[in-house]
Amino acid sequence: MKEGKEVKAAATPNGKIDQIIDKYQGDSSALIQVLLEIQSENHWLPKEALEKVSEKLEVPLNQIQHVATFYKAFSLVPRGRHEIQVCMGTACHIRGAPRVLDAVQDLLGIHPGETDLDLKFSLNTVNCLGCCALGPVMVVDGKYHGKITPTEAEKVLKDYD
Amino acid sequence: MPRINSPAELEELRKGILSNRDPNKPCITLCSGTACHASGSKEVAASIEEEIKKQGLSGKVDFRKTGCHGFCERGPIVVIHPEKICYLQIKPEDVPEIISQTIKGKKVVERLLYTDPSTNEKIVHEFEIPFYKNQERLVFGSNGEIDPTSINDYLALGGYSALAKALSEMTPEQVLEEVKKSNLRGRGGGGFPAGRKWEECRNAPGEIKYVIVNADEGDPGAYMDRSLLEGNPHSVLEGLIIGAYAIGSHEGYIYVRQEYPFAVENVGIAIQQAKEHGFLGENILGSGFDFTVKVHRGAGAFVSGESSALMTAIEGRVGEPRPKYIHTAIKGVWDRPSCLNNVETWATVPLIINKGADWFAQLGTEGSKGTKIFSLVGKVNNTGLVEVPMGITLRDIIYKVGGGIPGDKKFKAVQTGGPSGGCIPEEKLDMKVDFDELAKAGSMMGSGGMIVMDEDTCMVDLARYFLDFLSDESCGKCVPCREGIRQMLKILTNITKGKGKEGDIELLEELSEVTRDASLCALGRTAANPVLSTIRYFRDEYEAHIKERRCPAYVCKELISYYIDPEKCKACMICLRQCPAGAISGGKNQIHVINQDKCTKCGTCFEVCPPRFGAVKKISGEPVPPPIPEEARMIARESKEK
Repeated sequence: MKEGKEVKAAATPNGKIDQIIDKYQGDSSALIQVLLEIQSENHWLPKEALEKVSEKLEVPLNQIQHVATFYKAFSLVPRGRHEIQVCMGTACHIRGAPRVLDAVQDLLGIHPGETDLDLKFSLNTVNCLGCCALGPVMVVDGKYHGKITPTEAEKVLKDYD
Repeated sequence: MPRINSPAELEELRKGILSNRDPNKPCITLCSGTACHASGSKEVAASIEEEIKKQGLSGKVDFRKTGCHGFCERGPIVVIHPEKICYLQIKPEDVPEIISQTIKGKKVVERLLYTDPSTNEKIVHEFEIPFYKNQERLVFGSNGEIDPTSINDYLALGGYSALAKALSEMTPEQVLEEVKKSNLRGRGGGGFPAGRKWEECRNAPGEIKYVIVNADEGDPGAYMDRSLLEGNPHSVLEGLIIGAYAIGSHEGYIYVRQEYPFAVENVGIAIQQAKEHGFLGENILGSGFDFTVKVHRGAGAFVSGESSALMTAIEGRVGEPRPKYIHTAIKGVWDRPSCLNNVETWATVPLIINKGADWFAQLGTEGSKGTKIFSLVGKVNNTGLVEVPMGITLRDIIYKVGGGIPGDKKFKAVQTGGPSGGCIPEEKLDMKVDFDELAKAGSMMGSGGMIVMDEDTCMVDLARYFLDFLSDESCGKCVPCREGIRQMLKILTNITKGKGKEGDIELLEELSEVTRDASLCALGRTAANPVLSTIRYFRDEYEAHIKERRCPAYVCKELISYYIDPEKCKACMICLRQCPAGAISGGKNQIHVINQDKCTKCGTCFEVCPPRFGAVKKISGEPVPPPIPEEARMIARESKEK
């Protein structure tokens, strides 16, 4: 994700984030759970939210930063409107997932972990979705596309706006 | 729901549930596990509900959305009880026929049945399909029978009777002895005897102790823990409560990946129901034993599945492993005794208590008792979850249960144990599968992933794939793991790019040894397994890459070229139109030619060339033939002109 876009607009009103944090008031062991809830509500973790978590749970900000950068589930930058996940599990790998990923990367011009400049797509790889019978699998906004070929993947993505 | 205060009340409740259930009433079960969901079971469910109403059968037929049946290749799966008629790959438009023919007319819809590929016979019942027939589904079997969100379904099958037995008829020591005697070994990877771990935790000093379910299933290609937790969460809970009783713990955690939203949801529902029924909370079943459990969601880190890392994560910190000079059973979560077992291990416990250690110990081999659930995936006909007794041969799993390799391809190897495991070649197919035999073959049981590979898989690329995965997932805390994996990955990447050097294989072996000996946790200690096992059994492939710059499986991009055979090309324009790089020249009646300088080797032409022509070829280790001269490219279509 490149800098310079209006990013604040995507954030949920602070009320929601406050509610989540209040549920776990002062319980530092709930840090990961709080961040997960904010992530799922807001799709990314804005700096202001992390500062608030730090204050309310009494956990130093550097420790929160450590957690937020360690786990795959968290994003410190805004995400696109559509989430693409390409499964790179072993079963998908040997059934040709790398070629599917290549095709998606070429089409969107972004790498896994990145979001395009229009905030349209975010691309991620996952280690296994556990539907190996359908491999290779690509998921777009929760919809599964199984036994997909590079050509089909391109077709699927062209239908989103 | 009133609380149940004694084993007698539980039996009373069970009787009540069963008396309300007519075993002859038709019941439609639909697999609603994640894999079937992905292939459209939600739409099928809506259609079944609608059709039951439409055909005036409301109240006359039950409909149950169950957990994973295991035969994911053919999902969504519908089974009609009590006859157990099994329909596969059901689409919403098949539903009206199922209801009118099978439910109303008691007739079987032939076209939706399983066809045995060897005899071409239609098979009516689920249990007669070879995929199921050759299994022993003790732990996993109930999955297809129950709605995971209904505790009554679980109770109807005898649920929580093991808990009642343990609490009312056995002392904690007796429960522990029973589990020790059964020789149950941890199903999560290491295979450490569960009873010994329990005992160590029980004897460890400290008032507060924890029991933990490890459902941070991170091995790519393995999903049995998810299917159990999603499909039969009460069985895991029951095992956990029994374990807590034996160990003397009153608090438990279920650590489950947030990537498994259904599992998180169903476990949450199960805990709530168990609380309401009094299987969790204070004075469970009037025994005076108290136990509560919390769900902790993991945020996506493979290394957090390692026991000490998982415990650190439960404390709310970054899930990195710590040295285990003292076992976590003695000093785990917040330095208190903590007993961690995998989902499948816990789910096996109620069976052992109900049926006894002797019954359990008669299944399996000398060192590995009971059954094991494997996730059989990759290049195999019947992808899915299979539960088989320990000691079955790999050949039986892959050919009898799995139905062999699709598309007349040749079997090459099977990878077991996830990224820490190894590859087992064809000559070892008759090996018996258990903890010790797999280790002897240079692989491991792991959590039970079994990825079948055919001749189109490059073993060097596979080793590179695993090392790439592990270098990404290594937490970086200890140098041997972080740097060792990185260097091995560098060498492997070079080999797959045709930049391998003489001596690379030996260097890989040396690095493997150091990484194995000096890493802090199991991730690093086993990271070299994929490398070592592929070198051990497929050294010739490594040598072909290094010495001849050739990839025998035609996988490594930098070592292959695509070429259109002018003898076979029918100038159909398909590849030419689809080539994303515009690298194919030709035209109507003009043999197509790939411009090798422009080609990005994406493989599209190979994929789209109609099989009856088969004109696109992969070439490796030899020069691409020069393009045929322009004047010779015209195809004279004599047959059509006549």
